[in-house]
Amino acid sequence: MATTEQSTTFEAPGRPGSPVQVKERYENFIGGHWVAPVDGEYRENLTPATGQPICEVSHSGAQDIELALDAAHAAKDGWGETSTTERSRVLNAVADTIEENLEMLAVAESWENGKPVRETLAADIPLAADHFRYFADVIRGEEGRISEIDKDTVAYHFSEPLGVVGQIIPFNFPLLMAAWKIAPALAAGNCTVVKPASPTPWSILKLAELIEDVVPPGVLNIVNGPGAETGKALASNKRIAKIAFTGETVTGRLIMQYAAQNIIPSTTELGGKSPNIFFEDVMAADDEFLDKAVEGLVLYAFNKGEVCTCPSRALIQESIYDELMARCLDRIRAIKQGNPLDRTVQLGAQNSISQLEKIEGYVQIGREEGAELLIGGERNMLSGELAGGYYYEPTVFKGSNDMRIFQEEIFGPVLAVTTFKDEAEALRIANDTLYGLGAGVWSRDGSRAFRMGRGIKAGRVWTNCYHLYPAHAAFGGYKVSGVGRENHKMMLDHYSQTKCLLVSYDKNPMGFF
Amino acid sequence: MTGSTAEASVTATDAALEAIALLGDEHGPLAFFQSGGCCDGSLPICMKDGELPPGPNDLLLGTVGGAPFYVDSEQYMRWGRPSFLLDVRPGAAEGFSLSLRDAHFVTRPAR
Repeated sequence: MATTEQSTTFEAPGRPGSPVQVKERYENFIGGHWVAPVDGEYRENLTPATGQPICEVSHSGAQDIELALDAAHAAKDGWGETSTTERSRVLNAVADTIEENLEMLAVAESWENGKPVRETLAADIPLAADHFRYFADVIRGEEGRISEIDKDTVAYHFSEPLGVVGQIIPFNFPLLMAAWKIAPALAAGNCTVVKPASPTPWSILKLAELIEDVVPPGVLNIVNGPGAETGKALASNKRIAKIAFTGETVTGRLIMQYAAQNIIPSTTELGGKSPNIFFEDVMAADDEFLDKAVEGLVLYAFNKGEVCTCPSRALIQESIYDELMARCLDRIRAIKQGNPLDRTVQLGAQNSISQLEKIEGYVQIGREEGAELLIGGERNMLSGELAGGYYYEPTVFKGSNDMRIFQEEIFGPVLAVTTFKDEAEALRIANDTLYGLGAGVWSRDGSRAFRMGRGIKAGRVWTNCYHLYPAHAAFGGYKVSGVGRENHKMMLDHYSQTKCLLVSYDKNPMGFF
Repeated sequence: MTGSTAEASVTATDAALEAIALLGDEHGPLAFFQSGGCCDGSLPICMKDGELPPGPNDLLLGTVGGAPFYVDSEQYMRWGRPSFLLDVRPGAAEGFSLSLRDAHFVTRPAR
């Protein structure tokens, strides 16, 4: 390796000089202990950066989910009765531990997922820590409500934990999406059984190694295995009080059906095809704001496009299309793709060969349905040990919203661009989709941005920004993007029961009998 | 609209038919639902037949190796009413799809 590369690139996990130690194999984390899968089966876990193995991880089944549920149920009364002061202390200790191990977790996350370490160092891991800190804070400010029904009758409302919950994590932000689910559940006094995504089972186990003495035994349990066995055994289990899932739509339907069969709540986040809308006044001046808007379009390549809210449809007012697109293409051409562990790399590897082949398939579909390829469109074959990795060039198509590449989530660095004449047409195109998770609006006219924001049928409309994920802002879908929200202290309600004590202080009988 | 239409079609490669037969031996009758959205959203999800009762908006596109293949009717329209070719590719399945040890189902446009 060249000298300059050595100074900016972390050593891969397991190698001398790497911040990440790797064991040969990893078991399940149950009841505060490392527990081998009952059937003794393990699967090789690959890094998409090279296509080579990192380690082996347990390949569990229904029996292992039962063991985790045993541990969670044994812990639930104690944790549920633990004071919010103490629960807050534990969550803050998790946040402290994540921050103290920022580099190690960032490198592990990048290596397993393929995302650039500049993203995990600056976004994924700090945001995960902040999520635990946020819920550590807000839980202490929670209070029940008292309703005065009449002068002698009072309704006391208490929030009580649900008990034991099941949480299924996607592969695109393995640690941050785990934090989104685990932090509010634990803050509200629940114990959880977590099933990480099959392609990314390991980085959360590196976190578990760090916090095994921080979180009381049984409060957090992690079981790895295939969705059809392990995930289903968890989601359909009568011993969970809620199931939370992020993933694709058919499995989302299965999750909701299992929840219906057991009469428990579910929350689902199922993806999107988010419009990112640029009005002509964006180009009214050549200033920092225009620069920000250009970056806002190029954010489709953030995390290689493997983001549920990827701004994968750019809608540009036709009067500025040529000039804005030229600036954006210059920025896209300058994207540096390569080893995810190189701090200067902006675009890493797709998460799996399956994802890479899916992108290739959609690019082929785009060509065949007549979209104009503006840049990219090929697998990026890197050299050396990266030759076995799953790299795809940042790609842009111009076309129309009725094309399939505008209608389905590709989950790769593939942008579909189209133009609109006026605000009404922009809104029509933005809403002409099955999904409603995210959207972006870029305008110097605050009134127009507000109207658009309220008109778009999506749960999160970034206005003059994109891809910000503060813990104190609600996130979730309209339409088939799913049911429920994540983030924000409202999540405490999603992980709580409401107990109403209706108390009469009147000594007199009602008089019916 | 749980009935096949003349223009709708789904076919399968020999490798996919072989995988359906192997999984059928293990799990019994199977069904496919074309997924959408996040993560592995473009993949077909293979499950035991009856695991997910098809709803009024699921379109039966046809059968592959004896297994019914459904797609959400609005999704199907928005995808431009494609004909699907069911195939098998290396790597484990995501979601709750049944799969062989190191292979999973995919759909491609049939040509």
